[in-house]
Amino acid sequence: MFNKFTRNILLTPFLIWAGLFIFVPLIFIVWYGVTDYDGNFSLGNIGLIFERGYLDALKLSVELALISTVACLLLAYPLCLILTERQRDNTTIISLLFILPLWMNSLLSTMAWQTILEHNGIINQFMKLLDLPTFHMINTEGAIVLGMVYNFLPYMVLPLFISLSKIDRSILEAAQDLGANSWQKFFRVILPLTLPGAISGITMVFIPALTTFVISALLGGGKLLLIGNIIEQEFTFQYDWHVGCALSVILMIFIILNMLLTTAFDPMKEAGDEH
Amino acid sequence: MKRELIHLENIAKSFGNLLVLDEIDLSIYESEFITLLGPSGCGKTTMLRIIGGFEMPDTGRVIFDGKDITNLPPNRRPINTVFQKYSLFSHMNVEENISFGPKIAGKSADYIRDKVKYALKLVNLEGYEKHDVTRLSGGQQQRIAIARAVVNEPKVLLLDEPLSALDLKLRRNMRRELVRINKETGITFIFVTHDQEEALSMSDRVVVMNQGYIQQVGTPENVYNEPENAFVADFIGDSNIIDGVMVRDKVVRIFGREYPCVDSGFPEECPVDVQIRPEDIKLAAPLEGAFNGVVTRVVFWGMSYDINVEADGFEWLVQSTTGRTVGEKVSLHVAPENIQIMSKPQSEDEEVAKDN
Ligand SMILES: Nc1ncnc2c1ncn2[C@@H]1O[C@H](COP(=O)(O)OP(=O)(O)OP(=O)(O)O)[C@@H](O)[C@H]1O
Ligand SMILES: [Mg+2]
Repeated sequence: MFNKFTRNILLTPFLIWAGLFIFVPLIFIVWYGVTDYDGNFSLGNIGLIFERGYLDALKLSVELALISTVACLLLAYPLCLILTERQRDNTTIISLLFILPLWMNSLLSTMAWQTILEHNGIINQFMKLLDLPTFHMINTEGAIVLGMVYNFLPYMVLPLFISLSKIDRSILEAAQDLGANSWQKFFRVILPLTLPGAISGITMVFIPALTTFVISALLGGGKLLLIGNIIEQEFTFQYDWHVGCALSVILMIFIILNMLLTTAFDPMKEAGDEH
Repeated sequence: MKRELIHLENIAKSFGNLLVLDEIDLSIYESEFITLLGPSGCGKTTMLRIIGGFEMPDTGRVIFDGKDITNLPPNRRPINTVFQKYSLFSHMNVEENISFGPKIAGKSADYIRDKVKYALKLVNLEGYEKHDVTRLSGGQQQRIAIARAVVNEPKVLLLDEPLSALDLKLRRNMRRELVRINKETGITFIFVTHDQEEALSMSDRVVVMNQGYIQQVGTPENVYNEPENAFVADFIGDSNIIDGVMVRDKVVRIFGREYPCVDSGFPEECPVDVQIRPEDIKLAAPLEGAFNGVVTRVVFWGMSYDINVEADGFEWLVQSTTGRTVGEKVSLHVAPENIQIMSKPQSEDEEVAKDN
């Protein structure tokens, strides 16, 4: 569309932005991560991850992020399928419904969950009212997963909904026409065709779930530490930037790994090779 | 006697307040090439989708081989569809597209390989197994769509305007191909088009539809030469349609003059529609023919001229291999056997149809 020269000019502001606010901070983080307090190169801080507390937090973070991602995926597919089936002409209202929660401050909505799940929260009060046993819900892994799913589900629904609504209805009818029942239609046609959407959804849910510290702080009650909480503590309480940065670098490696994994297998090719 | 394969029994279908099909009663025979022909929006696609199982009729039944299949879902009908937009699976190559049906039916790998080969041969695309369907031309995609349907050995193939996206030359080619495939496989073809030339040149039988009603069912020659009403006459080929009155058997009055014809069986003084094909009208010197008039327009089409002649306040369309000049005085002559008498439409719907 543009010639090379104009393109370069138009690109310049973005390049400056990316350099100043993305690339340079990244260098600093990596730099802090691999040096000690005297500024000498050292992998000591990175090595800290193998200490119990940190390793447990990392393990728990990856675990909960994975569970949340899978939960989002399992919730989003049927939801999007129903939405595209029922409301082919009313997509704007539907998409609005899913973007709306994004407008609400996530801190606020997570705090709302806190009051719902607390020992004397809404659910337990309701149970007491009915003379039913109360539950221990707050400060559990389940509460954190719930918070993650609630906060990040729209990031799964949106890309999935978009790629699902791009499938022409006649493609699905063709599958049915050729003998496919609903399950076969889903696994042989819908799933492969929406894989790109699912993959961006997975990335968009997994990364914030892996790095969150707000949700785990509010719904985990400081007892269940995720790697995000530990990094936050290193910066705000311990003032140990070196450890904080080292942990961030490790987190980044996990994120890059996730992105490599999700993009490595070409969805189109994968879908075609089903034998 | 041909065997009846599908029977549509008194089918009606509405979308909201819109009545799309009504009083549809139609027999479709084994191995025939039958075409649903009609203007845009007359309900052809809806009728096809009811046969395919993609729509439920409001009333009536779909009988297949003596069994009621009205409530059977599409995946359980021995019927396959070639969709207008081809609707190939973009995430699969040619071979995978074609083997989709047999795989679901649980056929063996050997069987599938042979069948894919056979199907590709049938549509003249041998050796295309590994091609990416999104890279194929429109005509090739259409052939793959046909192969993908035919490979399942359906009893019936539904085709919804499958040629409309192709250019004229390719379309002519594909018409021949489709007829050949129909004869070679013995599969019943139910073909939808709004192109009368397509319908006449391909079909064993044509179903002419308008505004949700079947207007006439017959062989191409039958619907062309003996249209049952003004709509059919007008829609298929060019026609002069004139208000007339049947004086008695074999005599019709048009423009105040009694004229011999070959139709009989109408009540005396019964109002009728009179159809005369433009190619059946001979131009003669003034006063020699039955109607005198003046040439108002001449259009050259290559093989023939379209000549408009105004006579008795009626604008006649005449086709002739020799040209005339505008303003020339001529007379028109029609042989009695070329005058087709049709009853006036009964229902309002048909009347509306005539005005269109
Ligand atoms: N799902 C639907 N919902 C509402 N109206 C519909 C639906 N499908 C078809 N119609 C309406 O029914 C009428 C007949 O449609 P149909 O598609 O059967 O016509 P058609 O003869 O195939 O026309 P064309 O030659 O343009 O394809 C049209 O007025 C159309 O708008
Ligand atoms: Mg149609």
